[in-house]
Formats: sequence, structure tokens, C-alpha cells
Amino acid sequence: MRPFSYQRATSAAEALRLASELPGARFIAGGTNLLDLMKLSIERPSHLIDINRIGLDRIEDTPEGGLRIGALVRNTDLASHKRVRKEYAVLTKAVVAGASGQIRNKASTAGNLLQRTRCPYFYNTDQPCNKRNPGSGCSAIGGFSRSLAIIGASDTCIATQPSDMAVALRLLDAIIEIERQDGSGRTIPIADLYKAPGTSPDVETTLAAGELITAVVLPPPSGGKHFYHKVRDRASYAFALVSVAVIVHDNGSGKVALGGVAPKPWRLETADAALPLGAEAATATLLASATPTHENAYKIPLVERTLGSILSQARS
Amino acid sequence: MRFDTPATTNPIDQLRVIGKPHDRIDGPLKTTGNATYAYEQHAAAPNAAYGFILGAGIAKGTIKSIDLDEARRAPGTLEIITYENAGPLGFAPFIPRTAALAGPRVTHYHQAIALVVAETFEQARDAASHIRITYSEEAGRYDLAAQYDTAPIAPDYILGPSEMRINDFDGAFASAPFQLDETYTTPPESHAMMEPQATTAVWEGDQLICWTSTQGIAVALGDLAAVTGIPPENIRVVSPFIGGGFGSKSFNHADISLAAIAARMVGRPVKVAMQRPLVINNTTHRPATIQRIKLGANADGKITAIGHEALFGNVENGWQESAIVPTRHLYAGANRMTLARMATLDLPEGSTMRAPCEAAGMMALEIAMDEMAEKLGMDPVEFRIVNDTQVSPDHPERPFSLRKLNECFRLGADRFGWQDRPSRPRAVQEDGWYIGMGTAAAIRGALAFPSAARVRLASDGIVTVECDMTDIGTGTYTVLAQTAAEMMGVDIDQVAVSLGDSNLPATAGSGGQYGCASSTGAVYAACVKLRELVAETLGFPGGEAIFEGGMVRHGETSLPLAIAAANGELAAEDLMEYGDLFQTFDQQTFGAHFVKVAVNSATAEVRVRSMLMVCAAGRILNPKTARSQVIGGMTMGLGGALMEELVVDKNRGFFVNHDLASYEVPVHADIPHQEVVFLDEVDPYTSPLKAKGVGELGISGVAAAIANAIYNATGVRVRQYPMTLEKYLSELPQI
Ligand SMILES: Cc1cc2nc3c(=O)[nH]c(=O)nc-3n(C[C@H](O)[C@H](O)[C@H](O)COP(=O)(O)OP(=O)(O)OC[C@H]3O[C@@H](n4cnc5c(N)ncnc54)[C@H](O)[C@@H]3O)c2cc1C
Ligand code: SF4
Repeated sequence: MRPFSYQRATSAAEALRLASELPGARFIAGGTNLLDLMKLSIERPSHLIDINRIGLDRIEDTPEGGLRIGALVRNTDLASHKRVRKEYAVLTKAVVAGASGQIRNKASTAGNLLQRTRCPYFYNTDQPCNKRNPGSGCSAIGGFSRSLAIIGASDTCIATQPSDMAVALRLLDAIIEIERQDGSGRTIPIADLYKAPGTSPDVETTLAAGELITAVVLPPPSGGKHFYHKVRDRASYAFALVSVAVIVHDNGSGKVALGGVAPKPWRLETADAALPLGAEAATATLLASATPTHENAYKIPLVERTLGSILSQARS
Repeated sequence: MRFDTPATTNPIDQLRVIGKPHDRIDGPLKTTGNATYAYEQHAAAPNAAYGFILGAGIAKGTIKSIDLDEARRAPGTLEIITYENAGPLGFAPFIPRTAALAGPRVTHYHQAIALVVAETFEQARDAASHIRITYSEEAGRYDLAAQYDTAPIAPDYILGPSEMRINDFDGAFASAPFQLDETYTTPPESHAMMEPQATTAVWEGDQLICWTSTQGIAVALGDLAAVTGIPPENIRVVSPFIGGGFGSKSFNHADISLAAIAARMVGRPVKVAMQRPLVINNTTHRPATIQRIKLGANADGKITAIGHEALFGNVENGWQESAIVPTRHLYAGANRMTLARMATLDLPEGSTMRAPCEAAGMMALEIAMDEMAEKLGMDPVEFRIVNDTQVSPDHPERPFSLRKLNECFRLGADRFGWQDRPSRPRAVQEDGWYIGMGTAAAIRGALAFPSAARVRLASDGIVTVECDMTDIGTGTYTVLAQTAAEMMGVDIDQVAVSLGDSNLPATAGSGGQYGCASSTGAVYAACVKLRELVAETLGFPGGEAIFEGGMVRHGETSLPLAIAAANGELAAEDLMEYGDLFQTFDQQTFGAHFVKVAVNSATAEVRVRSMLMVCAAGRILNPKTARSQVIGGMTMGLGGALMEELVVDKNRGFFVNHDLASYEVPVHADIPHQEVVFLDEVDPYTSPLKAKGVGELGISGVAAAIANAIYNATGVRVRQYPMTLEKYLSELPQI
């Protein structure tokens, strides 16, 4: 058997210390993604550091009027938090559009951000996949790509980042708080969390080994009407073909982010500026550099139509 | 007993227990977790070792080398079985046609290469990851459409001739004032049953016991013997509970033969459950089809020409997904043509899945009927009613035993509010959703096969039914108890039922929706014998005793049934056989589907809002379990309409979406209000219970009803299943 050790940390500092002592260690939060991948031999950590008892499980008001969401806050608790529901409704809508009630009860905020792709070839260890096995090739390019990325990908990997929550957080300009092994901290905007696949699609984020996400901070609420429309093949319990997150204000200004189209939540500030001009203009800007396959080209009109229907709901 | 003349009045007609919505008698065992499935025989097979199947990583080629060294050294490994040490393996006579264990040839992706046996499942899985295999890979044939022009007429098969021409189809079609000529495709589908294939095997001396998940005990036993060479008399197969099969468990898979061989090699019980990611490519699926339908009709709506060509693929000599079958039975039309063509593919093997042939055929035929009704300017219900026939259309000398399809349509249209359907498509829009209604017919053969049962009466009055019939989640335990209770005049709680064991009298098993009629017929026959025995024991002249309320009455005398067994248990066994009523009469079940859908005008997402099915399926033995079967079929058909597709990787020859995360089936949120109505009918030609089956009727036609409703809602006609949104999004109006 492939042995791995397991240790439970009781504080963030202990978790970080263990991570520095145990190269190859991984944090485990809800485990709803990591354990599945370990069973399939896709993830092979030598050590697991259980961070479920380190605290960081609260949602607090920030002095600026925003919210600090602890890394271990469960998806269910996040979605049902009073201020989140009222002032950051797009986040509640996105979270409850994901997975199932049972999974959301376990899934953590940081774990959700770091969940891995759902490209079907990534899950088939007999098949070439640059993300799972760097340099082996990409089976999806020229294979089954209907659900995969149309933009921001590379010719080594066209996988999407599947998190619904991340799309809303990108729209809300969330900040990720990170602690390092030496005790220092840093923050990055969520826009900088995910790396473009380039030639190394196995490296998905800008987190260094052993860095711990401790919180996600939301700026003060922006108001406006919030929408999250997730389009999928069945009514529930399926990943997005595309998802569209929008906040619109009465004057027509607003912002838009997309899920299911790219290796990260897809947002361009230039497209936000085009939003008052309508769905066609905003989509044209958002997806100007799209290079879809023949199987997933439908995502472009689908985004435009979904955005169009959101904008018309916003007006009514 | 031989059933060769139509049933007359018999004790079943009392309908004291039969026809009542009894709860499942096995329900409490299942809801409390006490029903033990094949993989859970901890008590009967303690200390079982675990087997893990390693599947081939290529679709076609030859194994050049297998290096087991590292895997053998892995902790916990007890044995590794490959073609090099398994001994010669044979083939089952019918399905599958592909070897249970690859080597040196590999004939499909994820075909078993090795079974690793270890102390724990995790150890077996890990050891399997250390097996090093080299292959020489070959190009294969994976694309059905690529063979559309070249595939030959299918070889003759159990389903009837591959080509039938009646009168002058070509001439009649060419001269028909209204013509339809369209092509439809259905994708490969997965059974996706809850319980994967699984077996626990135990040897006691030279006797082998296999607890396995099978739909048919006798087939499982015979095929296991044929594959392994173990004499059939040395094998016992047990399958008391089955977590769904949908046809995939009508035949054996690698788990049973490998578990049997492994248990012998390691000298202890071995259990093997097909790992979920392996199920789809290692086992079988419903094959894809490409179907071309031509209809010619007169202005009055009468079909004058009906033609149905189907191309399907499979491994050589494999199951034929002959989608033309329903067209041979459904609608009138003097000039007829049906043609089945078969391509040879190197994909995993195709096999039977819920309503094989009918389900796929009706997906196409019933869209075609909708399209033709529109060309004629007729209501689609009316168009079908006009083309009803009371004789089998390909064999006019053969009447239907009972065909009330028109009644199903009339009643259903009335109940569903069909008159509100706008005849013009895309006429109704509510809150950003297009609303539409669709209808389709349903047809599925009503068969019964020879089956035996034993019935015992104990001194405490308990009646025990015994046969090797399986309950695959359908309610067999319950209807067999109802049958015996009705026949012996006792309450259902006075009846015990033992099923799923090759030590018991042999039945036809579950499949093809023949299980219920066949096994209840067997219990009927055994009960007739037991009644005679009871009457004789009590000194009542034969045939006149009345069994009722736990008593047996003759004239003025009435005695408790249990008295008959006071001096020892009474037992009777009989085999029910069938004469030629199946040939003389075309025996089918029928139904009419009505569906209302909403299609999002922006995103083209479909939500089915309500579904109604009216069924004409002979006597309904238990309306509750029957309803469960029908809504199960409707749900599966909804999946087929909207989302279910095994995606073929045409470069490398396998189904890409190989788990339940990526092969999407309907979830609760997809399922709307469903209603099922059974016509109150009895069919004396089918069985002494005058019953048929309903397990497959529900799926027949329903996907087309949904497709037709989508058309009615949107005005976009999609002829490729599943109807995923990218297939018609671009044809919806701009928003
Ligand atoms: C059947 C199914 C359906 C699903 N459907 C959806 C869906 O529709 N939409 C959707 O968005 N998601 C979906 N998910 C994914 C689900 O949201 C994720 O599995 C979940 O959010 C992961 O959270 P977790 O806490 O369980 O993460 P874990 O599995 O514990 O961890 C995931 C990763 O994050 C790392 N990690 C965790 N916490 C930290 C931290 N604080 N700092 C640094 N690294 C950390 C771990 O090391 C690991 O690499 C689905 C999952 C399943 C199983
Ligand atoms: S798209 Fe990425 S994850 Fe999918 S097969 Fe290609 S490299 Fe692997």
C-alpha cells in the first residue's frame, strides 16, 4: 500500500510547522476533493495535515465594512450567513448551485477554491494528461472537450477550474489571505490566485508549497442586483457548462464573471465597462480571445444569451 | 402445467390479494440495511480476501509483457491472476462474446487484464497499480457513423429476420402524397445501476458457491460453468438481493469467473466488486443506433408506407440492438420495409438494456410520427389512433391478444389536458420559458418463459414459495407472495418467499419484462398442485374445495388449511410451460405518454414539468410495485432524452465519461410530477394470471414524447439524442 501519515493540527501555526517538517504534505479540510483523488491515485501525498480543528471557521465583519471568511468555514455556513445572503447574494447563489447539500456541509472555503478540474481524462489514469502526468500529452485536445475551456487555456491543457464559489468571489474582488511557514503573511487578490496553464498545467495556483490559506476577505458590499445563472445538463448536482455571475446597478453599470469557460474564474474589467451596452458587447469583449474547439464553441452564444437574460431580468 | 389455451376463471380472479397495492415484503430488510447483497456475505463467507480488477489501458492489441514482480511483493498480495495462470477460459453461449480475461489479445478497453487478490481492498488496489504491462496497440473501429455506408445487413438473429419487405414499399412511398424521410441517432447508454456487478466465491471441497448479483440464476450458473470449465453440478449460485441490473446482469461479467478461479487458487473466500470507474468500459452498454425512417401517408392520415432502417454496432456476433423491432408491431400500413444493419466495432461490448430494441427504436419512430402528423396538419394523438391495427401489421393473420392503445391515448389526452396543446410550435411563453406538450406511444413485448416453483405448506399454516427467481428491485418477492396467498386462501403475511438460489426450482429469471408473468405462472402451477394435495389430504373430492380465509371448505365442511399439514409438511412443485399462444397471438403491452416541458428561452435548458403514462398491460398484480416500475422507466427515458450518453473517444476507443459523476442520469430535481394510469384489463392469452409485465414499458416511447414536447415548445426539431442544449441553442430566437 502507498503509505501516508496523518496528523491533526490544532492551530494554523502548528499546521504550518508540520508542513515545513513534512515535505510532500498536504492540508486536508473537508476532504471531499482530495480523498476522491487519492483513491484514484491522482493525488499521492505522503502526509496529510488535518486542518479541521485549527479554528478559522468564523465569518467576521471587517473594520472596512466587509467580511473576513475563515478558510475552514463550510460552504453551507457561508451560503446561509445572514450578511452574505443579503449583501453578497451572488456568493450564496453560487455556493448553493454547487455540489449537493451533504458535500457543502463538509466542503471548506479554501478547499473549494483549490478543488481540481473535472476534465474526464484527468480522472482516467490510463490516458495521457499533462495536468496529471506532466509531459504525457493532452487527451482532451482532439478528444472529448464539450465541457472544457474556450479561453485562457493553452495547447497543453484546456481544463476548466470548476468552482462555482470562485466565480462569485472573483466578481466580488475577494482578497485571499495566506500564511507562510516562516510565520509571515501575504494577501493576493483572487484574480492572482490561479495560474494560466501555459506549459505547466500541473501548477494551478500561485500558492507555494506549504502555504496555508487562512481567510478570504470581501470588500464592503457594492449593492446592486446579484445574479448567478449556472447552466448545466441536469437540474442539480452537475458542474457548469457555463455560469454567469453578474452584479448590476440601477444605472446599468455593473460587473460580470464567468465560470466553466476557463482555467480560472473569467473576468475582464474592460468587459465590465461594456456591460451597459448589453450582452452582445460585453460577451464580445469577455470572449474576444476565445479559441473554442468544435465541441465547445456553443459556450460563446450560451454565455451571451445567459448574460442577456440576466440583464433583461435586471431591468424588469 | 401447460398453458396452451386461454385462461378461464380461476382462483386468481377473486382478487383478494392480487391487484392490491401491497407494500414490498422485503422493504423492511432493505430500509434497515439487513438485506445482504452479493458483496456482503460476511457471515456465510467469513475472512474473504479482496479482488481488484485491473482493466486494459488500450482498446485493441496484444499484451507483450506483464511484469508482476513488484505487485507480488506488495504487502498483502495473495495471488495475481492473469491469462498466464488462470487456465483455459471458455465463452458463454450467448453474451458476452468478449473474454472475461484478456490475454494475449485485448479486444476492448478496460477488459480485465488481471485480478489482484489481497488481504484488503486497498492493498489489492495498490498492488494493481504496480503491475507493469506493455502492449502492442492496434488501430480499431470505434465510429459507428463511419460505417454508415458500408455496414452489411445484420446476420439472422433471435429477433426475427433482419430484412422484411411487405407489398411494395418503395412504390407506395414514392407515390404517397405526404412523405417523411428523416434520420435519427441514439447514443450508447449505460445501465448505471446502483449496485455494481459483484461476486463472493467460496469453495467447499469441489463445490463452489457464488453469491453474485445476477438477474438470472440459471444463466449465471450455466455461463460460469461454460467459462471456467467447472462442472455445473458442482456450482451453486445465490442471489437473494440485487441492486438493479436493467439488463446488464442478465449475463455474467468478469467478477464471477475471476472470483471463482481466485477463491480456488488462494483456498479461501474471495470477493470481487467491479470498481465503479471500470463498470462502464469493462461491462456492457446499450449500443448506439442510426435510424432512417420513411413514412408515406394519405391526406386522411392513413399510413400507406412505413420503412425503418437501423444501423447499430457491436463486437462480432454480439447483441443486435435492432431498433426496427417496434415498427413491426405498432402501426398499420400496407407497404412495409424493415432493415437491420450491423457494423463491427472494437468498443466495449453492447448488450441488452431496459427494453432493448424497443427503447431505441421508439426514440426514433415516435419523433417521426410527430413530424408526419405535423405535415398532415393532424393532431399527433389522432394520427396514431387512425393508424391503429388490431392485427400484427407484418403478419395480418396474427391478431393481438389484446390491444387497447387507442384507449390509452384517449384517456391520457383527456386526463392530461391535451386539448390545451397549441398545434403551432413556440406558441406559449411564460416567464422566459417556452412551454410545450408532447405525446408518444409505448409498446413492449409481453413474454413468458417456462419456469418452475415449489410451494410448501407447514403445520403452522405458513405457505412457503421457493424458486430461483430474482428480485432485482422490482417487487418479485411481493407479487409471488400475493400469488400464493390468493391461490391458497391465506393472508399475505402467512406466506414466506425464498428466491435467488440455484438449489431451488429454476425460473426464467428477471429480464425483458417477462419475469413477473413467468414466475407468477410457475407459482400458480405449483399452488394448483398443492391445492389438490391439500384437498386429497383433507378428504375433499378434487377440484371443488374453496380456499378462503385460511380455511378449506367443501360443501358444509370447513377445515383450517393448516390441518392438512398436521401430519407433516405438504409440498408441491410444478413447471409451467407455454404452448403456441405466443405464436398465434401477437402479445404486447401498450401505453401512451404525455409530457409537458419548459425550455428556457435564453439558455435552452429543459425542465420537464409533468408526465403522464397510461398503460394497457394486462392484469396489474400490484399497482404499487407496478407504478414504481413504470415511473422508473419514465425516469430512465427522461435521462435518455435529455442527458444520457456514453461519449466515445474515437481516437482511442473507449467511453470517456466512465463514472457516475460524468455519466449524468436524472436527479430528483429533474423529475416532475409523474402520474401512471393502468387500464383495467385482463389478457387471458398471456398466463393464468392474465398478466403481462411493466418493467420495460415505461421507458418505451417516453424520450420521444419529451423530444416532441421540446419541438412543440421551441419549434426546433432535434433528431440526435440526447437533446443537450448545444443541439438547438443557435436555432432559438435571439433574446
Ligand atoms: C460529487 C461532487 C459534486 C460537486 N459539484 C460541485 C459543483 O457543482 N460546483 C462546485 O463548485 N464544486 C463542486 N464540487 C466540489 C466541492 O465543492 C469541493 O470538493 C469542495 O469545495 C472542496 O472542499 P474541501 O474542504 O472538501 O477540500 P479538500 O478536499 O479538503 O481539499 C481540496 C484541496 O485544497 C487544499 N486545501 C484545503 N484547505 C486549504 C487551506 N486552508 N490552505 C491551503 N490549501 C488547502 C487541500 O490540500 C486540497 O489540495 C463537487 C464535489 C463532488 C464530490
Ligand atoms: S485538458 Fe488538461 S486535464 Fe484534461 S486531459 Fe488535457 S491536460 Fe489533462
